[in-house]
Parts: sequence; C-alpha cells; structure tokens
Amino acid sequence: MLSIKNLHASIGDKEILKGINLEVKAGEIHAIMGPNGAGKSTLASIIAGNENYEVTEGEIVLDGEDLGELAPEERAHKGVFLSFQYPVEIPGVSVTNFMRTAINETRKANGQEEMPANEMLKVIREKSELLEIDRKFLSRSLNEGFSGGEKKRNEIFQMAMLEPKIAILDETDSGLDIDALRIVANGVNKLKNDKNAIVVITHYQRLLDYIVPDFVHVLYNGKIVKSGGKELAHELEEKGYDWIKAEN
Amino acid sequence: MDLKEKLLSSFMAFEERIDVHSELHDVRTEAIKNFENKGFPTKKEEAWKYTSLNAILKNDFTVFPKAESNIQYSDVKKYFLHEIDTYKVVFIDGVFSSHLSSTTHEGIDVCLMASALTKPKYKMIIDAYFNQIAKKDDSLTSLNTAFANEGAYINIPKSKVADKPIEIMYFSTGNEAALMVQPRNLVIVGENSHVQIIERHQSLSENPVLTNSVTEIFAQKRAIVDYYKIQNDNLQANLIDNTYVSQKQESHVSVHTFSFGGNLTRNNLNFYHFGERLTSTLNGITIIGEKQHVDHYTLVNHATPNCESFQDYKGIFSDRSTGVFNGKVFVEKEAQKTNAFQKSNNILLSDKATINAKPQLEIFADDVKCSHGCTIGQLDETAMFYMQQRGIPKKEAKALLMYAFSNAVIENIKIPELKQRITTIIANKLGVKLGFDL
Repeated sequence: MLSIKNLHASIGDKEILKGINLEVKAGEIHAIMGPNGAGKSTLASIIAGNENYEVTEGEIVLDGEDLGELAPEERAHKGVFLSFQYPVEIPGVSVTNFMRTAINETRKANGQEEMPANEMLKVIREKSELLEIDRKFLSRSLNEGFSGGEKKRNEIFQMAMLEPKIAILDETDSGLDIDALRIVANGVNKLKNDKNAIVVITHYQRLLDYIVPDFVHVLYNGKIVKSGGKELAHELEEKGYDWIKAEN
Repeated sequence: MDLKEKLLSSFMAFEERIDVHSELHDVRTEAIKNFENKGFPTKKEEAWKYTSLNAILKNDFTVFPKAESNIQYSDVKKYFLHEIDTYKVVFIDGVFSSHLSSTTHEGIDVCLMASALTKPKYKMIIDAYFNQIAKKDDSLTSLNTAFANEGAYINIPKSKVADKPIEIMYFSTGNEAALMVQPRNLVIVGENSHVQIIERHQSLSENPVLTNSVTEIFAQKRAIVDYYKIQNDNLQANLIDNTYVSQKQESHVSVHTFSFGGNLTRNNLNFYHFGERLTSTLNGITIIGEKQHVDHYTLVNHATPNCESFQDYKGIFSDRSTGVFNGKVFVEKEAQKTNAFQKSNNILLSDKATINAKPQLEIFADDVKCSHGCTIGQLDETAMFYMQQRGIPKKEAKALLMYAFSNAVIENIKIPELKQRITTIIANKLGVKLGFDL
C-alpha cells in the first residue's frame, strides 16, 4: 500500500527527514513514536503533500503510484487522509457544508456522480453517531470554538466520512480526556478493515492501549532508528526516549 | 473646455428649463457657487488623499443626455431582483423610464424626484427634507444639488411597512460617447415604518460613465431602513456615491455596500444621530481585481446618548486593485453610553494590490465603548492546506475561504433572494461553483 523509500526533506536550509524507509500494507496499523522535534509531524505533512517542505530525495508511493508530484487534494482523492494535530478553524463554513464539498470534490475527481443529498444526510447521521457527535454540532462553523477534544473527534468524523485508504493520525490523542480518547479510538477501530491502513503518530503510549499497532517505529533525528512490535511502545514508556537518544 | 467649466455653463442652460423664482432655485444657486469655489476634489485634500479623479475628468462627458432610449425589460431583466415582486424606479441615461418602472402612490410614495421637486403637493416635504442632511460644503454634493432633478423619491408615511422591496436602478446605454449623470434620491421613512431598498448603477456599454449620486435618508422614530447598494459595474464606469442618513430615536438604519465592479468607486457614507437608543449599521464587501479602485469613506456622528453603531467592512483585493477604508467615528460630549464598533478586514491576493485603511475615532464623551480593528493579510496557508487535504481543490478552497471571510456581512442581508444573488455574484467573481449556499 504505502511505501516510503529513503525520504529526505527540508524546510529552508534545515534538513528534517534524513532517509526514512517505511512499508505499510493493507490491514496494518503502524505507530510512529519519538521525542519532540524528531520529525514526526513533518513526515505526516509531507505524505499529505504540504508544499512548505521540500522533498530532496526519495519517494512516497501509494499502490504503485508516486505521490511526489501530486497536490494535496490529489493525494486526498487517492485516499490519503491526515488527521491534523491542530485542526484549522474555518469560520462561516459549517461542518456539514465542508464535508459535502469535500466528498463531492473527491467523487468528482474519481469520476463519480455527486452524492445525492438524502444519502449524504444518512451517511452524516451514521458517522456522527459512531463518533457520538451531537447533530447541532454539525451546523456549527468548522472547528470554530470547538474544544480540543471536539476538534479531534471532528477529525475522525471526517475520516469516517471520507473512508481513506491510508489515514495518518498526527497526535490525535493530544488534548483528549479519557472519555474522548475512548470514543475516538473506538471510531478508528470500527473504521479499520483489511483494505485500509492506519499510521498513528504519537508521543505517548496511551493511545496505543486503545488502537493497538501491529508495528511500532521510533523516529529520532529524522530517521527511523528502531522498529518492532507493540511491545516496543511499552518499552519506550518505561525507559523514556533518553534510551534511544543515548544509542544514537 | 474642462468639465468644471462645462458644468458651470451647463447650469445656465439648465436654469432656462426650471423655475428660477422658487426657494429651490436659491438652494441650487448656493450649491453651484460652492462647487465653483471648490471645484472637483484633488489628492491634496486629506479626504481624497488616496483617490484621484484626474484621469476620469479628462473625458468629454455629456451632461444632458438625449431622450430615453429603447431598452426592453428582457434586455436588463438580469440586473433586477426578478425572482420576487418589487417596486421599481428606473432611469436610462439619467432619464426616468416609465415603461421599466413600477411606481406607486397607494399608501406609500415610490416615484420620481423630478415631480416631487416641481409639484405643489410635495412642496412642504421637499422644503422640510430636501438638502437638509446633505453636506452643504462638499463640492460634489453641491454639484449634485445644483442639478438635482432625476432620481427616486420614496416617502413611507407613519406606521407602514412597504409591502415589497424597492429597486432603484440607473442604466447607462452608451448612446453618448461619455456620460455624466447626477441622480438624486430622497428617502423618508415615517415613525414605526419599514422599508427595504436596493440601489444599482449599471452601464450597458463600454463607454465611460461618471455618476455623482446623492441620497438623503431620513428615518423617523423607530423606523427601520435596510438599504443595499450593488456596485458591480463594468470597467469604464465610475461612481461617486454620497449618502447621508439622518436618524431619530430608536430607529435602525443599515446600509450594505457590495462593491464588486466599476473602475473607480467612492462611497461617502454619513450617519447623523438626532435621538437616543438608535442603531446604525454600515456593512461592506469589496472584491475587486485588475486596476479597480474602491474607496469607502464613512462617518458616524454620535451626537446623542445611548446609541450604537456597527461598521464591518471586508475587502479582497487581487491584481493591481486598490482599496481605501477611511472610517471616522465622532462621539460628541453629550453622547454618553455610546457603543461604536468598527472593523475593516482585508485580504491582499497579489503583491501589487494595495489597501489603505485608516480608522479615525474622535471621542469627547467619557462613558463610551468604542473599538476599531483593521487587519490586512493574505489567505491563511494552513487553512488552505487543511481544506486541500480533505480533497477540496485549491481554487475551490480559496473561494470557500473568501466566502467564509465575507460571510458575516452576507449573513446580514435580509432579503433571501438578494442574499442568493450576492452569493452568486461572488462565486462568479471567484470563478467557482459551490454546491451549497452559505
């Protein structure tokens, strides 16, 4: 599914990613952990096509197709989803209208008809129930005045609506209390199937108790320095990142 | 002969056509003298620092156009709010068009300024209101007053709700190589009455047009006036709009200015307060490109206690367009407990576009709440990336953000069909089709 080979990227003169290799197959959950400033969010942004970063070497391939030259929206149309660490507030555009535009633009790009309004409403109802989102919430301006938890829940709601092939969850656990964390994790788990894949980016092990990864990678100083099974997350929780820093 | 001389000599010709023994004639004589002394404003004047009329005044404008031309409703239907029934006062090249208009005298007066100025039955009202709130020392207003003749006369008596919106429409046909028109509107809204008015100036050709318009609005106690100005003219059209609003106690007057077109547009919008607990609202959306120029020059004069004013102007400027926002709020010593808010938010989409924003607050009362905020920025890159990440293409994302940006002002449009129309104009301006209305 997603194959990242020798990815180098920089912002300005500063090299942030220094040769990342990552293979994610359909049906898998990967966790990327690492200390602050390791390059986790940069990696997520670059996969989604953020043009503020320059990819200087290497490639990102999704189902055999190089994403390198594609705009963020084209990557989205091909099934890349990024749950933002800091979702952006867009006053004046309701959650529903935003979703309707996003879905229909994606369908249009994939040669499909627009989704009929009644079907749209039905899907919105289903998915908002999955994330335990109040209907009133959907007519509010996107992310405007939402609490941290509401923003994250809204991200996963959008993921549920768009049904991506590969979802990258960037620090989705930050700002969540325990109840919200459970709701979000439960939503993610229900959306998971053997045709899609999830990459969870997190600083802490906490979220991984709920979204259990098949693989855990440690990103440090722009490189993946260690990979293992879910037990690696527990080891990191116990020993902290100093252990990784000392080794590298 | 330059335009000023031409206008001065035209005034003598104009006098031959009108009653020179009336009080009105004294008003005109006074006004033309003021214009003669002051002439057209230049950039040397503080109020015209950012807006130059020089290039426009070089045109050889015809000031007395030929008679009405042959325009059919079907030719111009799209400029009207044709989805709903409205009263219409329509002018073609400055001359009233009876066949395009739909006026009334039933309960309310929606008719012609020309007849109000000359017919005896209107004399008392004209004496009481005409040129009473318009600034007498302003040269362009004076110029208009001197020639005041054609325009809309609207009088809503006490406790009446105008049963449908009123459209005031000025078309120019291009029959003249260059045309100058000077419409004069008078709107009187009685106690407890309510009216909605839409004003539009539209050129139907590529020939240059200069409109110097004056509108006086009088809102009596508890009157509600919603006034919408649609400025979406072509690139040869120039508009100087001078609007003066007089408000009595507990009245609500809102003026919404939608500036999407034209070559040069100057909006002089002035509010004067004559009673307590009244509300003035000034809203504007400006979306321009190429070398277009829009200048909003507003004044709210708080002279009485317990009044509120709200100003919200949004501007989006691309290419080499220029915008000006000069908002003056004056709070007199007596005007305690004033709430005056002013906002001017602007987005520059190009390095060559310019906005000059200048809030001016002069406060002489000590127990007031006043605020102003001007912002000038670019489109939020993070928001763009966020929307693109959800599959919304760049162009649509940009449009959606601009909609969102102007939404607070669009939301204030009380006529749903007009709201839809404005939304469509904005969508066309941005070159997108959105699957929903905001």
